[in-house]
Amino acid sequence: MQEAIINKAKQLLADGTVDRVIGWKKGEFAYDITPAVFGSAEEIDADFVYDDFTSANVSKYLVKETKKEGKVLVFLKPCDTYSLNQLIKEHRVDREKVYVVGIPGGPKLDIEKIKAKGISGILSVKNENYTLKIETIYGEETMPFSEAILDKCASCKSKKHVVYDELIGEDGEVLESNRFDMVEQLENMTAEERYNFWREQLSKCIRCNACRNVCPACTCEKCVFDNPTSGVENKAASDSFEENMFHIIRAFHVAGRCTDCGECSRVCPQNIPLHLLNRKFIKDINSLYGEYQAGEDTTSRAPLTNYTFDDCEASIVHERGVE
Amino acid sequence: MLRISLDKIDELFEAVNSQQALYIPTDRKDGAAEYKKYESGMKMSNKLNTVRSAKDFFFPQTENLVEFKMEGKKIEVKDIREESEDFVIFGVRACDARSFTILDKVYLVEPVDSFYKNRRDHGTVVTMACTRPSETCFCQTFGIDPTAPEGDAACWSDGSFLYFKANTDKGQKFIDSISSLLDDGDTAELDKAIEKTKTIMSKLPLANLSTENFGGDKLNEYFNSDKWGELSESCLGCGTCTFVCPTCQCYDIKDFNTGDGIKRFRCWDSCMYSDFTKMAHGNPRLTQLERFRQRFMHKLVYFPKNNEGEFGCVGCGRCLSKCPISMNIVKVMKALEVK
Repeated sequence: MQEAIINKAKQLLADGTVDRVIGWKKGEFAYDITPAVFGSAEEIDADFVYDDFTSANVSKYLVKETKKEGKVLVFLKPCDTYSLNQLIKEHRVDREKVYVVGIPGGPKLDIEKIKAKGISGILSVKNENYTLKIETIYGEETMPFSEAILDKCASCKSKKHVVYDELIGEDGEVLESNRFDMVEQLENMTAEERYNFWREQLSKCIRCNACRNVCPACTCEKCVFDNPTSGVENKAASDSFEENMFHIIRAFHVAGRCTDCGECSRVCPQNIPLHLLNRKFIKDINSLYGEYQAGEDTTSRAPLTNYTFDDCEASIVHERGVE
Repeated sequence: MLRISLDKIDELFEAVNSQQALYIPTDRKDGAAEYKKYESGMKMSNKLNTVRSAKDFFFPQTENLVEFKMEGKKIEVKDIREESEDFVIFGVRACDARSFTILDKVYLVEPVDSFYKNRRDHGTVVTMACTRPSETCFCQTFGIDPTAPEGDAACWSDGSFLYFKANTDKGQKFIDSISSLLDDGDTAELDKAIEKTKTIMSKLPLANLSTENFGGDKLNEYFNSDKWGELSESCLGCGTCTFVCPTCQCYDIKDFNTGDGIKRFRCWDSCMYSDFTKMAHGNPRLTQLERFRQRFMHKLVYFPKNNEGEFGCVGCGRCLSKCPISMNIVKVMKALEVK
């Protein structure tokens, strides 16, 4: 797949369709891949990579890139195309300035899950028939591919590309996913159990803002939490509940716009399952306003920003919130 | 050398804990390690390192500095400083131990930071030699020997025993306080274990990373390097690297309005944030490129310039594992290096 992608990139650069390419650049190790903009065939040959660790969703970079001159090529996995569509819908990306090539997605691997097995000193990771052969400075280790799959891929919602100019490989289908299972488990807890669950998780937060800054739905020019004149700027927590508030407010802010790309949880240095907050909103929107998938298209009205006579009554929403 | 059987480590922790507050790295439910206040039965993590560094003990993420109470036109200024309790941090790695030397150079020079000094004076650092370094480790680059860690007292494990050595008076006091549990023993097995670790250290992928071409005299070579653009282009501008870093030391001071007064606090700040260095006239670093450059120039050029060649990094590898886009000081050094 990497070869086909590289050839496509070089072809579209050579024929002048685009003047630069957003993709993934290989790192020092087998897994530390950085999103990057490539300007030439030489740069692509030297560093472009697409493998089991290229999990980063690069669609948000288009906000910045489409403000520049020229046209940019972007390779998007199915999940990433939902993010781009949502950005187009919100007028954050100029579609005319992007050439989208849809590529097959995951499942991608989570290096943290490999390290959690006690495997360290990792020199290379090879996938041989869904068994990972991991070469380390302490000798070779093996583990099943299935045990190292990134959480966001384990609950994949769709193999379908919702926006593209061309595809490499066959397009897939929207999947029956298990992504609301954990939300249901949380719903079935007592209020106290649920409170304790979230307190334990969110108290780990170091307020690094990685979740916000990676989120394709968070594209405000100036976040209210970074604005010293907003009155709510909070670089530090004034009490032990403030981190919880930050995440709850952020989840509200992206409700109805979050495509469930899973980047927030992937990048969290403290392994907080932030995506569960967003999924709770998605699940509630589905049940209260009808099935809705953010980013599925660029034209429909979103349930939370569109009044219809069929909307559920506010009292129903209220009742559901009562234990 | 004084040692205790690893079977008796619980007794050791209980003994320390009965005399002063004890903190050890322990595994959370999600498998990551973090320092926690010791409670009976708590097991020490065998992870290489904690997600958050040990700097938190001396330089916490948030702390209140002073309070103001207002009554009409009267303002009362309340000094809320309190003497810290004595405490022991056990199991600190050599990289984190060196980070205290770096933080000391900032906080213990005139004007001494009394909040930091208070905790430094009351804290005893007991280090633990590494036996299983990872591919992300590069403490050797900064002259740190993970088989001979600094700290007030150092300890080593050979798989059966924990061996102790004091590096400072405070460390000696710590060892004296647990001496009834320690026996003098032979170090043949330990010497073998240390040799093994040293062999591994020489084979680490970053073993040859050198600071030779960095330092205080390299300002002009690197400040205007054309590499900063591509190095910083995908930086998210989050503070992950800064907040997991054991040597990042910058903070912001703010006032919290309590309604009838003010709590003045300080909190960690990140040079990666857009309002860092924001002043009345505006911000001298307007783009992420400038913010990104600041972080690495500080560690590789400005800090050594002002601190007799000491670099502002200890090679712990946290930023290598935690940066959401996997950009880090190693990649920066390799890309920038002018020989």
